[in-house]
Amino acid sequence: MSRNLIIGTALTLLFIALAAVSFIWTPADIESLDIPNKLQTPNAANLLGTDHFGRDILSMVMMGARTSIAVALVAVGIGMSIGIPLGLLAAARHGSLLDEFIMRGNDLVFAFPSLVIAILITAVFGASAVNAIIAIGIFNIPVFARLTRGAALPLWERDFILAARVCGKSATHISIEHILPNITNLMIVQGTIQFSLGILAEAALSYIGLGAQPPTASWGRMLADAQTLVSIAPHTALVPGFAILLMVLGLNLMGDGLRDWLDPRIRVART
Amino acid sequence: MIRYALGRLTSLIISLIVASIVIFAVIEVIPGDPAAFMLGVNARPDTIAALRAEMGLDQTLITRYLDWVTGLLRGDFGQSWTYKTPVSELIADRIWVSLPLAIYALILSTLIAFPAGIYAASRRGGAGDVTIMGATQLGVAIPNFWFAMILVLIFAINLRWFSAGGFPGWDNPFQAMKSLTLPAIALALPQAAILARVMRSSLLDMLGEDFIRTARAKGLSRRQALWKHAVRNALIPVLTIIGLQFSFLLAGGIIIEQIFFLPGLGRLIFQSISARDLIVVESVVMLLVFTVIMVNFLVDLAYAAVDPRLRTKA
Repeated sequence: MSRNLIIGTALTLLFIALAAVSFIWTPADIESLDIPNKLQTPNAANLLGTDHFGRDILSMVMMGARTSIAVALVAVGIGMSIGIPLGLLAAARHGSLLDEFIMRGNDLVFAFPSLVIAILITAVFGASAVNAIIAIGIFNIPVFARLTRGAALPLWERDFILAARVCGKSATHISIEHILPNITNLMIVQGTIQFSLGILAEAALSYIGLGAQPPTASWGRMLADAQTLVSIAPHTALVPGFAILLMVLGLNLMGDGLRDWLDPRIRVART
Repeated sequence: MIRYALGRLTSLIISLIVASIVIFAVIEVIPGDPAAFMLGVNARPDTIAALRAEMGLDQTLITRYLDWVTGLLRGDFGQSWTYKTPVSELIADRIWVSLPLAIYALILSTLIAFPAGIYAASRRGGAGDVTIMGATQLGVAIPNFWFAMILVLIFAINLRWFSAGGFPGWDNPFQAMKSLTLPAIALALPQAAILARVMRSSLLDMLGEDFIRTARAKGLSRRQALWKHAVRNALIPVLTIIGLQFSFLLAGGIIIEQIFFLPGLGRLIFQSISARDLIVVESVVMLLVFTVIMVNFLVDLAYAAVDPRLRTKA
């Protein structure tokens, strides 16, 4: 395992652990306000300080990790569960009108500025975590569809697929039983990358007030709250920013590391 | 080349038509009456009726769509409900902030990424390469709006080199550029990180090519081969990324404009969203989508012009 993979996985697991622990325990209750104790710099009682309502920032970061991970994970799930079947279908019917239709549709979604459309969706349907998930998820679909098709096409030329066809297996059967297992690694790597982009997108949407709504904690919202306080209490802006940075960095390093680790050609070359 | 261009043009037109239908549809599916939605809960029925007539809501869906699209083609973006002025005037005022900001950021991003990518590729595996690649990992992971806040904290609040926000107008070009500098840096750096990585890997691909070996065999030094042959060829994929980045910068500017209180298209969108002025939202979004699709189209053409192999794939 490479250093990238170890550091990346460690960072990612750290945030997943923080999010998981927040379900049973946080250092302080973030729903009770403690105004006299506001804007404390990091100290023994509040390891990362307190915000403008006197809430414990470490607890907020833990709860925010939960929101970020949930939104990004479901958005990746949407992208995979719609994109991969579309890609498999396009590859199985390569050259057909259906293939053309799916790929042109992909191009179209790609051409849209995702942030602008996400803003449009949340502006019209209301700001909420669910709408943020949908807005981010839609733009994950063409990524997975295109990648799946690209990876599946050369597989269809291989002998073992020919053998399966000779045995009378249908295209659907072959896609699920033979193509899918062969592209799983690729999907895991891309899933990691899209996960990190999802974290960034969720933070951006909730920063401009179009993501998760209070009292749900979210890193983007914490940054929005901190913006006017940055000169008097910089830690309120630094902490959530570093949380986003480290989580995204961890996922990206993990994705890079996984790509190398899962690619058999590189593994053989190394051993 | 002409066949390729025609093919691309057809898909450009289809993209634009579908985009306009999608944007129109999103606004249409608002639960309930758009006029009531825009005016809020306390609106009087006759005000709603007046707005309905003005928005043409008493006409059929198709008539309204066609009116909107033909209006856009004529440069008539409709009338803003809150500002009581044509949307085209609102856009014309603000585009002179958003467009220069995106171009400024694009130039900065290129100026940072090219030397960094070329240097990293030429010192592959060395300390310089490792440092630059590490920095780009950070650059990709930083949310640009947070980076903007950090820039404000350091350069506006502590060092007082720049103002923390606002835009003085183009009467004084120097001050105008100065007020766009921090926002442009905030936008550019994460993009520069991506661009530097693409530049590096594209250049490394080129350095493995036969024509580089030939150039070296001819007696060119590593450096000469790199600059004379590899960099030029490596620029082709980089061009595409730059095109994509422009649209990203224009759209990404929306958030950065909010942070620096720049009176650009982004602020216009947000003000219109909170005022529920959907006519403005719809038109500005369409304009941004149009620009992005258009830039992608031009990049495709430029790409085909420099790389003949691509033309056959039309």
